[in-house]
Amino acid sequence: MNQMNQMGQMDILNSVGVAAKSHGIQKALILGSGALKIGEAGEFDYSGSQALKALREEGIQTVLVNPNIATVQTSQDVADVIYFLPVTPEFVTKVIEKERPDGILLAFGGQTALNCGVQLFRNGILDKYGVRVLGTPIQAIIDTEDRDLFVKKLDEIDVKTIRSEAVESVEEACRAAEEVGYPVIIRAAYTLGGQGSGFCDNEGELRVRAANALAYSNQILVEKSLRGWKEVEYEVVRDRYDNCITVCNMENFDPLGIHTGESIVVAPSQTLTDSEYHNLRELAIRIVRHIGIVGECNVQYALDPKSEDYRVIEVNARLSRSSALASKATGYPLAFVAAKLGLGYGLHELKNAVTQSTCAFFEPALDYCVVKIPRWDLSKFKGVSKQIGSSMKSVGEVMAIGRSFEEALQKGLRMIGQGMHGFVANHEIHFDDLDDALANPTDSRIFAVAKAFHEGYSVAKIYDLTKIDCWFLEKLRKIFDTHRQLSDCGNLASVPTELLLKAKRMGFSDFQIGRLVTRGEEDPDRAMLAARRERKKRGIQPFVKQIDTLAAEFPAKTNYLYLTYHGSEHDVEFSRDGQGVVVLGSGAYRIGSSVEFDWCCVGAIKTIRKNGLRGIMINCNPETVSTDYDICDRLYFDELSLEAVLDITELEEPRGVVVSTGGQIPNNLAMRLYAERVPILGTTPESIDNAEDRHLFSSLCDKLGVDQPRWRELTSLEEIYQFADEVGFPLMVRPSYVLSGAAMNVVSNRSELEHFLTLAANISQKHPVVVSEFIENAKEIEFDAVANRGEIVAYAISEHVEFAGVHSGDATIVFPPQKLYVETIRRIKKIAREIASALKISGPFNMQLLARDNDIKVIECNLRASRSFPFVSKVLRIDLIELATRVILGLPVEKPSKSAFDLDYVGIKAPQFSFSRLAKADPVLGVEMASTGEVGCIGEDFYEAILKSMLATGYRLPAQKSLLLSTGPAKSKVEFLPTCRQLVDQGFTLYATRGTAAHLLEHGIQATAVGWPDETTPSQMSFAEKKAADSSFLLNALDLIQHGKIDLVVNIPKNLSSLELSNDYDIRRSAIDYNIPLLTNIRLANAFLQAVCRYQKGQEMQIRCWGEY
Amino acid sequence: MNTARLVLEDGTIFVGQSFGARSSAAGEVVFNTAMTGYTESLSDPSYAGQILTMTWPLVGNYGVPPHILENGFLRFFESEKIWAKALIVSEYSESYSHWNAVESLAQWLTREGIPAISGVDTRALTKRLREKGTMLGRIILEGEPEPDLYDPGKQNLIALCSCSDVSEFSSQDDKNLLPQAKNYLVKNRKPRIILVDCGAKNNILRSLVNRNAVVVRVPWNYDYSDLDFDGVMLSNGPGDPNWATETVEVLRKVFEKNKPIFGICMGNQILAQAAGATTFRLRYGHRGHNQPVILPGTTQTWITSQNHGYAVDPLRLHEDWTTSYINLNDGTCEGIRHKTKPFFSVQFHPEACGGPRDAGVLFDQFLTMICGG
Repeated sequence: MNQMNQMGQMDILNSVGVAAKSHGIQKALILGSGALKIGEAGEFDYSGSQALKALREEGIQTVLVNPNIATVQTSQDVADVIYFLPVTPEFVTKVIEKERPDGILLAFGGQTALNCGVQLFRNGILDKYGVRVLGTPIQAIIDTEDRDLFVKKLDEIDVKTIRSEAVESVEEACRAAEEVGYPVIIRAAYTLGGQGSGFCDNEGELRVRAANALAYSNQILVEKSLRGWKEVEYEVVRDRYDNCITVCNMENFDPLGIHTGESIVVAPSQTLTDSEYHNLRELAIRIVRHIGIVGECNVQYALDPKSEDYRVIEVNARLSRSSALASKATGYPLAFVAAKLGLGYGLHELKNAVTQSTCAFFEPALDYCVVKIPRWDLSKFKGVSKQIGSSMKSVGEVMAIGRSFEEALQKGLRMIGQGMHGFVANHEIHFDDLDDALANPTDSRIFAVAKAFHEGYSVAKIYDLTKIDCWFLEKLRKIFDTHRQLSDCGNLASVPTELLLKAKRMGFSDFQIGRLVTRGEEDPDRAMLAARRERKKRGIQPFVKQIDTLAAEFPAKTNYLYLTYHGSEHDVEFSRDGQGVVVLGSGAYRIGSSVEFDWCCVGAIKTIRKNGLRGIMINCNPETVSTDYDICDRLYFDELSLEAVLDITELEEPRGVVVSTGGQIPNNLAMRLYAERVPILGTTPESIDNAEDRHLFSSLCDKLGVDQPRWRELTSLEEIYQFADEVGFPLMVRPSYVLSGAAMNVVSNRSELEHFLTLAANISQKHPVVVSEFIENAKEIEFDAVANRGEIVAYAISEHVEFAGVHSGDATIVFPPQKLYVETIRRIKKIAREIASALKISGPFNMQLLARDNDIKVIECNLRASRSFPFVSKVLRIDLIELATRVILGLPVEKPSKSAFDLDYVGIKAPQFSFSRLAKADPVLGVEMASTGEVGCIGEDFYEAILKSMLATGYRLPAQKSLLLSTGPAKSKVEFLPTCRQLVDQGFTLYATRGTAAHLLEHGIQATAVGWPDETTPSQMSFAEKKAADSSFLLNALDLIQHGKIDLVVNIPKNLSSLELSNDYDIRRSAIDYNIPLLTNIRLANAFLQAVCRYQKGQEMQIRCWGEY
Repeated sequence: MNTARLVLEDGTIFVGQSFGARSSAAGEVVFNTAMTGYTESLSDPSYAGQILTMTWPLVGNYGVPPHILENGFLRFFESEKIWAKALIVSEYSESYSHWNAVESLAQWLTREGIPAISGVDTRALTKRLREKGTMLGRIILEGEPEPDLYDPGKQNLIALCSCSDVSEFSSQDDKNLLPQAKNYLVKNRKPRIILVDCGAKNNILRSLVNRNAVVVRVPWNYDYSDLDFDGVMLSNGPGDPNWATETVEVLRKVFEKNKPIFGICMGNQILAQAAGATTFRLRYGHRGHNQPVILPGTTQTWITSQNHGYAVDPLRLHEDWTTSYINLNDGTCEGIRHKTKPFFSVQFHPEACGGPRDAGVLFDQFLTMICGG
């Protein structure tokens, strides 16, 4: 009960009513964001799912177009009608024609959905079919997307934007600089790589630089320099009655110049005074009203660190990564509310989802601090630059909650899962030039700051180099000082309790404390457990606090929780009745583990709850649906570490923990939790270990007579050469300690092997190398299944389009398999049965196998759900996770009938790459995974399915019918001939590099030879000029690409290792940089182009929703 | 650092570390849910007699700004001194970083003789206050004598916080005027407004002066009815509105002049009393920057800054008055308005400082009433 009193209250909440609105919408179309990619990731699964929930609550039938089959939103109980189709105007038009929705929502599928919506508006489709845009009107979207319109629009209300002026002389430059005010930055127009650009603090400097820049270009741009300014953003909500709130503001830890997706972000702002906070809040509301947003939007500012001066950087008229973060940071369901506002509700007519007693028109008051940290995976790519800046490279993020900045930051640095234990007590990172690492940020700058403290740098010096606000640096300094104090203690018993408590309040983990106090001389895991025992003995333990949106002002029945050491009591009680089941989530999205595991965890939680048990979720990724407090009974938004999971299970005393739905992180925790007597549900941790440990698994296979590629763990070069002689090349090499470059590689001969090992790996007793036989031209097969006490209950076999050698996460996967022998399938099932039985599997598992002829080898076995679980579950229409969870809970399961496995359609899962975001990375596939996401589409046959799925990942039908080919080794050249013949028959123009062209001509196929990138210099002359100047001129491959003469590039690498950058690299990279679809695998190229040929003949792709298959 | 204890009247004890002045203190323990604005809150006279708990856990981050005068009063503070009896935070940030800061929060507190305590589970404390209602409490420093309990309700805090003399303020530099200020003229001269000081925040003064007004600040019990003025501003102030009977009496006289009257917070409660209504004490008050209000019968809402422990019970308002704003969280009365005369008041703080500025337009409405629109 709050402070309501009989005296003088009005029954306001009932009088404004939360009655259903007469919005006149029966059916609404919502566009998803497609595959996860850098810049557009899981946050849109969360926002789309929330929007769908809001619409369904209104009794509106929901139609969803999203090819991302691994998402939660594309599940049966989330949307009514689901189309696994590309989010492009062509496909969406057909869906509109078929479904005739009354309304469309564009704000929940990122830039993909927004762009598609604007095109549908511009080409008149929305008008033609009478589809109403729900929420922010299209014109408002256009006003925020078009830079000139945007600046003009904000000029109308005297709001300052960042603008640049183009000038052509030094004098004009001086005048322009005077107008915008020093310091300024000047850039030479039309130059690449920033030639001639620079900062000028005064007119003298400007005159020199401007003259210099004008030597590069006859035009220069003069812009106010905002170097070192703070970056702050506000999440604003507006309803159609013009009521506005700012749900949250956020401050970037890194100053302006680093994309907010690349920056550590803190919510709410920490270094802004009340006046600054509310100045920017007031402006944000003024902007949002003027633009006419209905729903949610985000306003980004640059704020002068030396005055209250500001500039608006941009406005995003849609849900964004920041809005997902703001939702999770505050507990305010932005996407849900935005969807309701789109239907015409006012904010005051909606309930506060957390308190259920107050209304949605309020601004959350936080009583905790939130830190978001990006997760990069740059080491997975060859050649990529590690510098971070104005474009996004990170693939995921974590959010950490604490009651101090230090606590949240150190938690977050652990959560990103890259082997770091916090700000300090990490393995040493080497910086060639520390000052440079501080001044020019890379993915490890925060650790460069730690290193700088080690080297004795002052806060002032670090500030000069980084421009990170001193408030943050002082906090980091405090962490560093505490780490020194701990290191001085000598042993755990002599750490004063006050210091121990201080360290815990600063977010030091038991591991950090153990390592620091023992000075790394003890086994770190043992030291961690000792530190844990010591602090518990002294009564130091975390407290569970609620996120309630109102800083405890009103009672709230919130189940959204986190752990903190800044406390003296728990906010919740623990029932300890054996009815709670903990599910461990998958942590930060990264290459190799993303939304597919979130789908698995959400499925597990739902099944747990459906069976009368309490689902307790632990996860730390704000881009997920599993961290939506609506889906579970309790959400611990906290670390997936041994320490945090132990803390939580000691409080909750659950029936057990599910470790098999969240990917590798929970899987890796299984044994260690078990050792601490935490009950693990499902397959036993010993069995998990038997499958994870290479040696144990091999001996099991040997015992069962199951074949594996030959492998050996070796500790010296001689041994490696000896093994190579024994099994022959090619070989797969996996060093356990990598110096530079990719961690894994395939080598084709001795010189490549030597080259790779000396360049990339450190080999010793401590750092062995695993070398295995690499089987060429073998099919790779996935076996996903659920077993109950060793007996397989349900399974799905799928095959890769590519031959083995492409990581299974980057492969194009076909289900059900179209080209496997019955005998192969029979043998695979037999092997799976034997392994399931030997390991007594109870739960989900996955095997990867190789097949050449009918010779089968097992390459991997994971006793957990795999990446392909949602894909096969949805294509099969048998929810493998629900089955697996029932098994895990010990509930009876029925085997699906045999006929359920007979499908008369084909599903194809295709990878999404983000190479365009990763400057200089070689877009070639190998044994290391490189894709950031995936789609899954269903077709009548293989060709329809592959075309839909590849169009959904950004491939386009060749409009000019013009291809550029370099088809690599002789074998693939031959393999590709029939496709080339078909293409020429259908009127395609084939450009080919010389060897390929000669081969084609030799076989009577028309092709135009072009020069390699290094054969002719791409000159200043235009393409046409060049041709006119010399008719026999050998066209250069790069010229063709750069001038948009090519629809698709097929470039097959000549060998497997490709360590060196080459001509081929130049072709591949320019295809990416000029946004031309690229294929680097001959089998995939064949499949795609044959599908193209079929549909070129006028065959129509079917527009069928999931339910219609 | 020295240990300090917070002891509530129900016997609950929180142990923390002392910062600020090395002394003990007693008062009424209240909580504020704002995430910014500790300088504004501490210098707000409405916190007189209270021990202020910040639910936002990190306090002191941006230090304390300089004591600079503008138009004759402090530019960055809400009054000349800290009025709260003490401050309770979860974590005090010893280092501060801001271009406009000249000292740390601890230095300012020490100079003003105000003790503070950090390391308290402010969320647990807030929950206790929410459940049991606002309580008296003491901050006791280790080795310091224990102070007696102090109940600010038993003292006329309005008299304590009000000015003692009449003084006049106006803009000394027209550069600082808001763009709309040029429209605010009465017969081609600046409008003259009486500010009845019950413990007024400087930003009320600032909001009027920046809109071209000449403000005559008078003590809470001063009879200004015979002065020459164009409008009356009733300020905010601390404690129980029942201490303001003298103010109410003067106001009733002034009603007859039909000049525009605008009340804020305590001013709302004074105006309501003059209009026949009573006030009552809320269990734990409204203190924060996120209080939603609605104009009844419309869809117009504001997020407002609030700081009050008492509310108006509008049931006994004279029939020519009406409730003008309602709190969307708990339905309490957030403002009243005369149906025909230019008298209105709000329970929240349109002057903000700290907090959101959504309701700043009310000052313009007031000046438009005075000057004609």
